[in-house]
Amino acid sequence: MAALLESLMLRKVDINTVLGWLKDSFTEPEFTVQKLEFVPFLLNFLREQSSQVLTNGPATPAKTPSFSDKLAGRSTSSGAGSRSASRVQLFSPAPSVSPGSESEAAGPSGLTVGGQLRHEGGRGDLHSNEAGRWEAGGRRSARGVGGGHTRMGEQVSPPFAGQLNLNNLEDFPPVGSSPISPATSKPSRRINPTPVSGDRPHSKPKTCFTSTPFQKASSPLLETEASDGLMTAGSSMRLKEERELLKREKTKRAQQVASPLLSALDPCTPTKTGARTGSKVTSDMPTSPEPSKVTFSSELDVLVELYCTCISENLVPNIFLELFFVMQLLTSWAHHTHDNEEQKSLCAANTEVLERCYLRQVHNCVYFAVKVLENQFQWVLIAHLDKCTLRLLAENERVACFSPDLRDRLTQAQDRSTAKLSPSASTFIHSVPFQPATDNRSNFFSDKAFHTFKKQRDVFYEVLREWEDLHKEPGWSFDAALGGRIRGIMSQLTSAGNHSHFARLFLKQLVQVCKGPRPSSSSVDAADADLLGMLGADSLGRLKRLEERLIQPHGVVGPCPPPSFPGHQEFFRDFIQTASCCQLNQHLQDSLCQQLLQLDEVSILSPAAPIGDGEEEEEEEDGDMEQQKQRFSSVLLLARLLAKFLGFISFFPYQTSGRPSRDIQETSVALRSKVTSLPVLDVCAVLNNSIRRKRTILTVPWLVEFLSMLDFIGPLLLCYRTTLGSLLLLYRFDSADLSEEMCYLNKLLLVSVLGWLFQIPVIPEDIFLTCEFTAAVREADGVTGSAGLDCIPLVDQRLLYTCCPFLGEFRKLLAAFVSGSTARSGGIIRKITPTSAELKDTPTAMRSQQKLQVDLEQAFFHNQPPSLRRTVEFVAERVGSNAVKHMKATLVRELVERGEKMLRDGLESPNSNASMLNESICARLCEAGLEALAKATKYCDEKSPEAIRVLLPDETTPTVLTTSENITKRLAAEKACGWLSANITGSEIKTPLRSRFDGFTVTELVPFLLHLRRMKINYTYLVAVGPRTDDELPTGSHLRTLIHRVGDTLTCRKVHEYIRQTPVLDLLIFVCMDHTLLLFFNLYLVPDFYI
Amino acid sequence: MRLSRAEYKEIVRWTDHLRPTRQCMKMLKDRFPHHSQSTLLSIFSLEYQKRIKRTISMHRSPADVERYFQRYLSEAEARPTAPVLLELANEMDLSPALMARIILDRFLQDVDGGIPSKTVLNSMLKEPSLIPDQILANNIYQCTINDCCYGPLVDCIKHAIGQEHEVLLRDKLKEQNLSFLDENQLRTMGYDKTPDIILEVPVAVEGHIVHWIESKASFGDDHSHRTYLNEQFWSYWNRFGPGLVIYWYGFIGELDCQRDRGILLKDCFPTDIVTLCHATQQERTPEAPKEDKEWKKGIRRVADEKPGKKLNV
Repeated sequence: MAALLESLMLRKVDINTVLGWLKDSFTEPEFTVQKLEFVPFLLNFLREQSSQVLTNGPATPAKTPSFSDKLAGRSTSSGAGSRSASRVQLFSPAPSVSPGSESEAAGPSGLTVGGQLRHEGGRGDLHSNEAGRWEAGGRRSARGVGGGHTRMGEQVSPPFAGQLNLNNLEDFPPVGSSPISPATSKPSRRINPTPVSGDRPHSKPKTCFTSTPFQKASSPLLETEASDGLMTAGSSMRLKEERELLKREKTKRAQQVASPLLSALDPCTPTKTGARTGSKVTSDMPTSPEPSKVTFSSELDVLVELYCTCISENLVPNIFLELFFVMQLLTSWAHHTHDNEEQKSLCAANTEVLERCYLRQVHNCVYFAVKVLENQFQWVLIAHLDKCTLRLLAENERVACFSPDLRDRLTQAQDRSTAKLSPSASTFIHSVPFQPATDNRSNFFSDKAFHTFKKQRDVFYEVLREWEDLHKEPGWSFDAALGGRIRGIMSQLTSAGNHSHFARLFLKQLVQVCKGPRPSSSSVDAADADLLGMLGADSLGRLKRLEERLIQPHGVVGPCPPPSFPGHQEFFRDFIQTASCCQLNQHLQDSLCQQLLQLDEVSILSPAAPIGDGEEEEEEEDGDMEQQKQRFSSVLLLARLLAKFLGFISFFPYQTSGRPSRDIQETSVALRSKVTSLPVLDVCAVLNNSIRRKRTILTVPWLVEFLSMLDFIGPLLLCYRTTLGSLLLLYRFDSADLSEEMCYLNKLLLVSVLGWLFQIPVIPEDIFLTCEFTAAVREADGVTGSAGLDCIPLVDQRLLYTCCPFLGEFRKLLAAFVSGSTARSGGIIRKITPTSAELKDTPTAMRSQQKLQVDLEQAFFHNQPPSLRRTVEFVAERVGSNAVKHMKATLVRELVERGEKMLRDGLESPNSNASMLNESICARLCEAGLEALAKATKYCDEKSPEAIRVLLPDETTPTVLTTSENITKRLAAEKACGWLSANITGSEIKTPLRSRFDGFTVTELVPFLLHLRRMKINYTYLVAVGPRTDDELPTGSHLRTLIHRVGDTLTCRKVHEYIRQTPVLDLLIFVCMDHTLLLFFNLYLVPDFYI
Repeated sequence: MRLSRAEYKEIVRWTDHLRPTRQCMKMLKDRFPHHSQSTLLSIFSLEYQKRIKRTISMHRSPADVERYFQRYLSEAEARPTAPVLLELANEMDLSPALMARIILDRFLQDVDGGIPSKTVLNSMLKEPSLIPDQILANNIYQCTINDCCYGPLVDCIKHAIGQEHEVLLRDKLKEQNLSFLDENQLRTMGYDKTPDIILEVPVAVEGHIVHWIESKASFGDDHSHRTYLNEQFWSYWNRFGPGLVIYWYGFIGELDCQRDRGILLKDCFPTDIVTLCHATQQERTPEAPKEDKEWKKGIRRVADEKPGKKLNV
C-alpha cells in the first residue's frame, strides 16, 4: 500500500489507472493491494501527515480496522504501524535527540497509543454511565490527532532546544522515573493530576473512535525500538507521563519568565498555550496561509485526487467524518516559526517520499482542503448543509483566498439552501392526563391496587420534579437522591401487581417530555441560524463566540458523538437503571415493541388517500406535502425515541464494561444464539420488510437507534449481524446514490445515521471488511403499485439536523474559526451558564395571544379522550379537502373561464401589452381568490359541526361538543384556505419571477399559464400565444434540446417547486422568452405533464 | 389579599401572645386596620393551631389531666355558676375547646369506667345537654362557644365557609359561561383525585393555562401551602395539568413561584380570563339552559347544609 502511494507520488504509476481501479468495483486489479486496505492506509496517511497542524477540535480518526492490524503484521516499507509505540520511548533517551527532529519528537510525545490497543483500552465501560462509557476511547482519540495534548507536546519542545535546559532533569527524566521531587521546581499550586487531554469531570465524552491514526515520529532510530509490549501500556502509564509533562510545562514556564530571550532564540514555536494551563501567551502570531507558499503542490494534487475518489466512490467509512477532517484542515492554525526554507529542507532531506511533510504547513493544509472542497462541490452534499454553515464557509477568508470560484459557488448555494424553520411544538403540558376510561377503579383488580397506584403516580412525578430541579447541581447523585423512592415504588408495584399501569404511565410521560426535538439545543440553533445569517462575519465572530459559550458546553465534539440520552431522556434511563425491576422492564419492552411496530406500519400519506385516486390527490399535494412531512417527522422522532429505549432495556442485561475476551465472546455467542432464539424484536424481518416496501426512510433511522444500544456480544449474534450487514449494503448503496438530486435529503438522512452507527465502538470494525452480505438489498420490488415512502421527499433540513445533531459540528468548527476561539482556548470553549435577569413571568406575559389560543386548543385535547382529538383532526382534514374540491368545481372553474376569456380577448387585440394584461388578469384572479377563501371558510363552518355531532359520543357534554366543532371548523378552514391561497392567489410564484425578469413579458406569462394549467385550463389556450409568424420559429436542433430539458423538469409533478428552485428553468425561460417556446412547450409536454 | 412575607411575619409576630378570644381578635383587627378581618383571623387561627400542636403534649399526660380535673371539680363545687373551666383553660394557655375535651374525657372515664368512644365524646361536645352533669355541661358549652380556633362550632363554621366559597366559585364560573365538572361528578366518574373544579374547556389566566381550580377558604401560609401542594395540588397537576388555586383569604406572595410549572395562586376569582375565542361566541346560547339546571342543583346542595350555617351565625 505504501509502495503504491509512494509510486503514485513519484508519478511512477499513472494516477488515472489507480483512480480507475478505485472506481471499478469488480475488476481485480493489477495491483497487489486490496482496495479495502489501500483506502484506510490513505486516510491514515493523511491524518498522520496533518496531525501536527490539526489543533482545532477533536480528532477525526476513521474507523479503519484493516489498516492497523494488517500493517502491524506486515510491517510495510515505512513501518508506520510500529511507530506508534515509539513515543513511549521518548522519555528515555530524550536528551540525545538530534536538533533536527526534536520538535517533532516532542510533538507526539506520550500521545497516541497505537491502533492495536483498540480492543483493550479503547472500549469503555458501556453500562456504568455515559461518561464512563466513552471516557477511554474519547480521551485517547482526543490525544490522537489534534487534541490539546498535541500542543502540550509542542510546548515541551523549547526547553529541549534551548541548550541551557539539556541537563535539566525535569525536562529529561530517565525512563520510568517516578515523579521528580517537587523541591526542584518552583513551589506553586498543584495541578490536579487528571489526564491532560481528558475531559473535565462534567464534560460529556467527545468522541467514540476506536482507532487513531498513527502519530508521526520522524526520528528513524526510534522506530526500530517499537515493541508490542510497550504498546499495551495501560492508562496509569499514560497518566504518569502526563503528570510529568505538566511538571515540565511548569518549569519551562518558570524559565521562560526568567529569561525571555531564550525563547526568542528558540527555533520552535514558543507557545501555543492550551487553555487548560490557564495562561495565554500572546507572542505567537498564527501563520496565515498563502497560496504562494504552498509546497509539494503536485503531490498534493495526487492526494486530492485519490482522496476525492475514495469519497465519491464511497470507500470511506463515513463521509461526514471526512468532511469534518477537511474542514479541520481548512481551519487549522499552524504555529511554525521555522522558516519556510528550513522547513522545506527539513522535508526534502527525507529520502522517503512518504516521510515528507506534505501537510505540515498550514498553506498546504488549506490548499488541500480547498481543493477537496472544490472537487466535492459537484457532489451535492456540501450544498445541502444548512445555510449558516454555507455562509460561514463562503465567508471564510481562506476559501476566498485560495479559490474565489469555490466561494462564489458557496454563496450561490447559500441562496438556494431552503432551511425551513417551523415553530417548535409547544411543550407547556408535561403530565400524562388521567383518563377515566383507562385509569379509574374498574381498571384495577382491587381497591388496594387502585389506591397504591394513585400514590405511585404522585411519587413518580415528585421524583421527576426533583430531578428537574436538582440534577444539574454538582454532587447530586440520582441513586442517592431518588433511589430509595424509586425502589419503594417498585416494591409497591410488585405487591399490588400494577406494573402494566405504571409502564404505561412511564412511557406516556417519556413521550410527552422527550418527543419533540430537544428544546435546549435545536430551538436555539434554529433561531440563531436565522439571526446569525443576517450578520456578517465580523460581528458574527464575537456574537458566535458568546453564543457558543452560552449554548454549547463542550466545544466542537466531532461528527461522531456517542449515543446519548439528552435532556429528560437521562431521567428515564436512570430511572430504569435504578429501579432495575425485571417485571417493569418486561412490560416496558412489550409495550415499546408493540408501539414501534405500529408506528413502523403507520400510513404517512394523508389518511384518506387511496392509491389510484391519483389525479385528484395530485392537486392537493402541495398543501398536503407539508402536512405529510410533519406527520412523518413526528412519527419518525417518536419511533427513534421508543427504539432507543427498547434497545436500552433489551441489551441492558448484557452490557459489559469492556469488550470481553475472545473466549468469553464465543461462549456468550453460543449461549445467546441458542437461548434467545426469539430476540425482542425481529430486526431482520422488520428491515427486510421495510426494504421490500420501500419504507427504509422510516424504519432505518429508528433501527439505528435500537442497534446503537447493542452490547459487545450483540453484533456477533446472527440476527444482528445479518441486520448490520443489510444496513451496510444499504449504506453503501445510498451513499453511492448521493450523486442524484431526487429525494436527496432522504438519502442523506439514511447515510448520516448509518455512518454514525458504524462508528460506534460496539459495532465491530470487521463488518466493513465482510463481503458475506451479498443479499441484493434493493433487488426486490415485491410490492408494486404502492409508492414507498423512500421516493417521497419527506425529510427536510430541520428533521435531518434534529436526527443528526452532529451535522451541526461543521458549523461550530467554522464558527470557532471565525471567532478565533479555537486558537485562543485550544478548541475548548468554556461554557457560560446563562442566568436570567428577567422576572420569571415575562416570557409568558409576552406570549402572544395567538400562541395562547393554540395552547388552549392543545390543552383542551389534553384532558379529553384521545379519540376526540383523532375525530376532530380527521373531520377537519376531510372537510377541508372537500371544501377545496368544491371550490375547484364551482368558483375556480368559473374564475378560470373568466381568465381564459380575458387572456384571449387581450391577446387578440393588436396592440396588447402582455405585461399589463397579465397584471390586470392576475389582480382580478386574486380578488376572486379572496372570495374563494371566504366561501371555503363558510363551507367548512357549515359542514364541520354536522360531522362532529355524528361522530362524537352522545354523552359528550355540550361545551365539549361546541368546542370540538369550533376547533374543527378552524382547522378545516385553515387547511382549505391554505391550499387555496397558495394555489389561486399564487402571488408567491409571480413575485419573484417578475422582479427577476422584468421586461420579458412572455416570460411572465409562463408561470401564470402554468398556474392556470393547474387550475385545469385546457391546454389549447396556450397555443394562443404561440408564434404568429414563421420567423419566430427557432431552429430545430435548438428547439429539441430546449424541449428535452424543459420536459425533464416539467414532468416532475411539483412544477411550482421547480420553477422556484431550479435555476435551469429560470435560465431557459430567460433565454427563450419568445412565443415559440410556449407553443412547443404545450404540444410536447402537456400530455406528459398530465399523466 | 396577597401579603409579602415580611408583612405576614409581622402579623405572626404580633399574634404570638394572643389567645383565641373575641377580645384578642378585636385587638388584632385594630392593630392591622388595613388587612381584612378574615385574613387576620385565618392567619391567627393557623398560627394558634401551630402553637397548640407544639404545646398540647404538655397538657395530655395523665398526671396533668388528673390535676386539671381535680382542680375543675373543686372549683366547680366552690363556684357552680362561674365559668371555671374557661378560666382554667386561659390560665393554662390551652384552647378552651381542647380543655373541655380533656375534662369531659376524664369525666366520662369516671362515669362509664372505661375510655369513652370518640363518637360519644364528639356528640357531647357538640350537644352539651347530653352530658349527665349539668354544671359540667354548662362549662363545656362556655368553652366551646368562646373558642374561635377549635371545637365543633369552629369546625362547622370552617366547613360552611369552605362550601360558601366553592359555591361562590361556581357562581363566578357560571357568570363567565365556563362549564365545568365539580368534585362530585368527578368522583362518580372514578377519578382518584378530585379538585373542586375541572374546566371542560381550559382557560388562560394571566397567560397561564388553567385546567382545574381549587378553592381554599383560608390563608395560604408556608406550612399549609406545602401540605396542600404535596397532598393535593401536585396530584392534580399530575393528572390534569396546570391549574389555579384560590386562597380566598390571601396568601404569602412569595409562594406563588410555581406559575411556570403549572400552579397559579390567586386570592380572588381572576378577572382576566382568556378563553378559546371561537368557542365563546357561539357557546352561550345553547349552553345556558343546561348550566342553569346544574346551577340549581348546586344551590340545592348548599341549601341542604343551611342548618349548619345557621348555627354559626
